[in-house]
Formats: sequence, C-alpha cells, structure tokens
Amino acid sequence: MFTFVPRDKVSKNWVIVGPLVSIFFTIFFGLLIFTFLGYDPLETLYQVFMSPFSRIDRISDIFVKACPLIIIGCGLMLCFRANIWNIGAEGQFIMGALLAGSFALLFPDVETKFLLLIMLVIGFIGGALWAFIPAILKTKLNVNEILVSLMLVYVAMLFIDFIVRGPLRDPMSFGFPLTKPYPEGALINKIPFPGIGFLGQLHYGILIILLLIPLSWIFINKTLGGFKITVLGSAPKASKFAGFKENSITTTVLLLSGGLAGVAGVVEVSANMGQLQPEVSFGYGFTAIIVAFLGRLNPVGIFFAGITIATVKLGADNAQMAMGIPKVVTGLFEGILLFFLLTGETLQKYQIKWNKVK
Amino acid sequence: MIKFCMRIFSLFALSASVFMLLVSSSFASGHGGTTKVGFVYLTTPGDHGWTYAHELGKQMVEKRFGKDVKISVVENVPEGPDATRVIRELAKQGNEIIFTTSFGYMEPTLKVAKEFPNIKFEHITGYKRSKNLATGNIRFYEGRYIQGVVAGLMTKTNKIGYIGAYPIAEVIMGINAFAQGLRSVNKDATISVIWANTWYDPVKEADAAKVHIAEGADILAQHTDSPAMLQIAEKKGALGFGQSTDMSAFAPKAQLFASVNNWGPYYIKKIEQLRNKKWSTGDGPDHWAGNVWGGLDADMLTISKFQNMPGDVAKKAQKAVNDVKTGKVNIFAGPLVDNTGKEIIPAGKTLDDGALWGMNYYLKGVNGKIPG
Repeated sequence: MFTFVPRDKVSKNWVIVGPLVSIFFTIFFGLLIFTFLGYDPLETLYQVFMSPFSRIDRISDIFVKACPLIIIGCGLMLCFRANIWNIGAEGQFIMGALLAGSFALLFPDVETKFLLLIMLVIGFIGGALWAFIPAILKTKLNVNEILVSLMLVYVAMLFIDFIVRGPLRDPMSFGFPLTKPYPEGALINKIPFPGIGFLGQLHYGILIILLLIPLSWIFINKTLGGFKITVLGSAPKASKFAGFKENSITTTVLLLSGGLAGVAGVVEVSANMGQLQPEVSFGYGFTAIIVAFLGRLNPVGIFFAGITIATVKLGADNAQMAMGIPKVVTGLFEGILLFFLLTGETLQKYQIKWNKVK
Repeated sequence: MIKFCMRIFSLFALSASVFMLLVSSSFASGHGGTTKVGFVYLTTPGDHGWTYAHELGKQMVEKRFGKDVKISVVENVPEGPDATRVIRELAKQGNEIIFTTSFGYMEPTLKVAKEFPNIKFEHITGYKRSKNLATGNIRFYEGRYIQGVVAGLMTKTNKIGYIGAYPIAEVIMGINAFAQGLRSVNKDATISVIWANTWYDPVKEADAAKVHIAEGADILAQHTDSPAMLQIAEKKGALGFGQSTDMSAFAPKAQLFASVNNWGPYYIKKIEQLRNKKWSTGDGPDHWAGNVWGGLDADMLTISKFQNMPGDVAKKAQKAVNDVKTGKVNIFAGPLVDNTGKEIIPAGKTLDDGALWGMNYYLKGVNGKIPG
C-alpha cells in the first residue's frame, strides 16, 4: 500500500510548524468531540490544558505527577536509542520500590535521611536486577527482550502483592494488605516555602529530575558510552565494524533503565505513600514509554513530554470536578493529542510513498 | 499557516483568560444556601457493583436536596498519590463535605483532613479517624446471613460455593454469617471457599464459579464485585446471590436476591447534619468499623426482591430479615464453635463488634482453612 521513506532534509520551518499543526488538529477534533457530546468545548479545553497552571500549587502537582515519568523516561531513552525494547519499566519500578521498602522497614526507628540515600541505591539495584533478567536472556540466548521484560511486569506485580499481604503485612492493619509505615528516615519530605508553606505535594524528589536531565544529556551527547549506544541503535553494522561490544551495550542500557525505574519507585513511595501497598505504580512504567518517544529520546524533550502528559492527566481530573466530564472522554482527548503529536513527528522525518498495488 | 495558527491560539488564550475570570468570580460570590459536596470514586460507576452503589447513593442525594447541593464527582481515582491530590483539590474548591468511597483512600483522606480542619471528610470502610474525618460502613454480613438461610433451604446437594476476595476480617465475617444462616435451617450443608484474590475480575470470578459447580455446589455466593459468577450460574442451572447492587438483569433465572448497599440515607443524613451545623463524626462508638456501622435496620443494607424460589422459602427469608432487623436474632450468638471444634464463645454470650473485626477463624459449616 504505502511505505515511509526518510526525508533527505528535515525542513527547519516544519520543526516549528509541525507541532503547531498537531496541536491545532488536536484542538479541532477535541472541540468537535466535546461539542458533539454536549460539553462546553472551550471550557473543557481550558480545564484540560490551562487549569493545571491556574494556581501555583496546581503547577507543583504537575511536577509531582511528572517526576516518576521523567525519571523512568530518561532510562528508557537509553534503551530505545540502542534499539533495545525495554517494555517492563513498570515491573522494574515495583521491584525497586519493594526492595528499598523492605530494607527501610528493617529499621523502624531510624530518623536520619542517610537511610533514604541507601534506599535509592538499593532501589536502583532492585530495578537493575529485574532488568538484568531480559538482558542476560537476550545476550546469551537471544530471547526477545520485549516479551521477557513485559511479562516480568506481571511477576513483579504479583510478587509485591504477595509480600504485602504476607511477610510484610502490618499486624495492626486489621488484615488489610499494607506494610507498617516507613520510618522517618525513609520518607522524602515536602519542600517548605517560606511564607507559603507547602505547595501541594511538592517534595525533594523533584531534585533528582534536575540532576538527571543534565547528566543524561551529557552522557548521551558528550561521552563515548552515549555515542556507542546511539550508534548501535541507528547503525548496528557500523557499530560492529567499530568494534563496539553489542552485548555489553545491551546489558548496560537495560541495567541503567531498570535502575532508574527502580529509583523512580523509591521516590514515588517514599514521597507520596510512606508505606508499601499492593499497588505502588499506576502505569507509570508504561506511560513513560510514551513520554520517552514524545520527548524524541532526548532528556530535555522528555522533561517537557513528562510535563505535558502530567498536565493533561491533572486537567482530566479538573474537568471531572468542574464539569462532570467522565474520564473516558478526557482519555479520548489525550489519545487524540498523542496521536497527532506522534504523527506530526513521524511525518517530519518521513514522507509517505504510495506503492501501486500489485 | 503560522498566522492562522497564531490567530487560533490568541482566540484560545483569550477565551481561557475569560474563563479564568468567570471561575474566580464564581468563587468569590459564595454559595448562599447551597452545600458543596465532593465524591471520590474508585472506578467508573458502570451499571453494577461497589461504585455503582455509591453512584445510586449520590443520585439519592441529588433527588433529596435538588439545587441545595452542588456535587462534584471524580471517578477512576487510583488509591495512591492521585487520591491525595484529588481530595485536596476538592477541598480547595470549597466542597464542605467530601466522601471518599474506597478503603484505599484511608491515608490520603487522613492526610488532607489534617490540612483542612474546617472541612468534613467521610471515609467509607476505613478505620483511621480524626475530629473532621468520620468513617462509615455497612453491616454487609447481615445480608450474608439471609443468603445463608435461603441457601440452606434451596440447596439439594448441600454444597455451597463461596467466592471470597481476600482473607481479611470483613470477608471472613461475611462467610461466618453465611454459615450461621445456613446452619440455622440446614445442619447438613457446608460451604467451600475459593479465594479470588481480587475485588473485581470477571474472568477469575467466572473460573471460581465453574470450579464450584463442577465440585457439586448448586448455590453460589460471592464477596467479589462482578456479575460473572451469576452469569455462570445462569448458564449452568445453578443459583446465587447478587453483590452490592441488584444483578438480576445479568442473571434473571439465577439470582435469588441481592444484598444491596444503600449509601443514600447515610449520605443524606450526614449532609443534613452539616447543613444544620450539627455534623459530628457519627453516632456509634469509636470502634473499628466506623463511627456509623449500619445494617438492615438502618436501611443501609437492603434486600432486593426474592426471586426464583418457592413462596414458603421467600416467607422464611423475609422472616429472617425481620428478625435481624428487630434484633430478635443475633447472628453471632453463642454457643459458637469454629470448624476445628474449638469453642469461641459459650451459650448466652454474643460476639461484640470488636470481636467481629478480629475474626481469623471459620465457624462450623465452613470447610477448609483460612490461607496465610
């Protein structure tokens, strides 16, 4: 039918106009759907896109929501750049949170935040170990990493469920599946602002993003390691001729992305939950895949993609509260947004060639 | 093209700022007599089960108060950080009373309740409370006692299949109440339990129902949320009971009756109290189950129409309902013996509410052991 042919030159104008056209189409179809369903279209758009920015504490909520997405997204970026398809960040997130949480619960009275630092390391190791399974299967036996990493998500989900209902259940929880609350030293505190107090749930975990984005930018753009990853992804043969070891790159990117997902898990639980429960991730690992691609596999892009997705998610809740629009409708809108943004990006790089049907 | 886009955008920005203006002015004008009420739902209400029962309760509130209440609902809120944010947002938007309708909202509700001491919070089925956070729950087990009575009268194989969600006190007390009802009319019948390890998973629930039927059960009961069990019963010619809401539409020939969660009166009462400035955490003692723990007599639990059973069974079932309502029957009156033969309480004593929430044993009439 048709094939995508890479464009020789990506037009500079289109780099700017492309996203605008995408957003224009999104808004156009959004207006159409909202009108058709009988909601005030402009107010709906306001609620979904603008209302999350309407108060300073709402803005801080965007960052809280985007935080795990951006951390995971930065890790996935490395994998996807190397053409390694780690679909299991959700599971790595859970295992990181679980391992670090189990460790924290061993020290019920510790108040120093040193514990938190150790937990971040343990969380990294937990996530990395979980990603090591697809890595070793891929490099030794050439097993497809997409399937392995994805299926390990369900193993991780059931495992944390078992741990929280069984060995680590708080005896004071009346049989409900919750662990004891974390000790003070394991919690990530909210950031106090002089004169204002706390801004929503804004916590120190956000600092990790501020650290991670420049670091991963430097890694990707300025180091040999980053270069190897990119070459393996975009030109595997060239990578081979250059003598880059494919297996070790594969293992490295999987360990790094798994580790970062694990760190995200620690941050999320320590900042927002303060104890382990059967569900600690709410699809962050999967949403982060979209974030990584929407951010065009570069750290700055991933930051803005994370903010965009978080904004729309919060906007969807606001639209529900203000106008009673069910989440399925705003979910539809979110889908349209992603569709047009990704289509726009693809058409920037590729042109469609129609083939004659034989 | 760019020009056109810019125009659209400036239009959009303009309308956005106008809306911001409108929104802020509507805040400033106050609400003069209307009470703002917030609800947080775990899922979309759909047409059956837990959240739908809350939705029906909310509709009763709307009907009762009309324009005097302004309700905001947020559905599909996961039991984690999102819940904290959504509840806080509802509080910031000036809702005066906020109902959070799932157990997992306990910590988030508690957190936000501390930040907004002037707003009333009502958490459904939790056990943590504060001055402005009340908890409410239903004596679901009373309906299960009635189910036991009907099952005991209707079973031919004397095998009852029971699908449990998780082995927590709430579910175990339901199984035990069912056993008490069952044995009040039929000493030969026994209950087998399959744990689904989920509150809602139609596939797992259907599988559990099939296993029960294959093992000879002819009456099925569930402490899970989907109509799947009843649909299997309908297909295989077994009978069963609906959960949370009337499920006869899913299984017109299989549903004997449903225990229906009726949150409306509770919501109405609490909102009424708030409007009259008489809100308090509740009428009951500060025990596990909630400041308010109402059952059949409080109309918080209702029994749907008796179907697919002979008239005399329906009559006996109705009598059991009345007896529980009036207190003539105490479901957990001694002598109580667990299924290993150990005495729990002697004749003349009854289990109090606290003891119900500490149940970690099966009463006589239930097969097997509680896992874990």
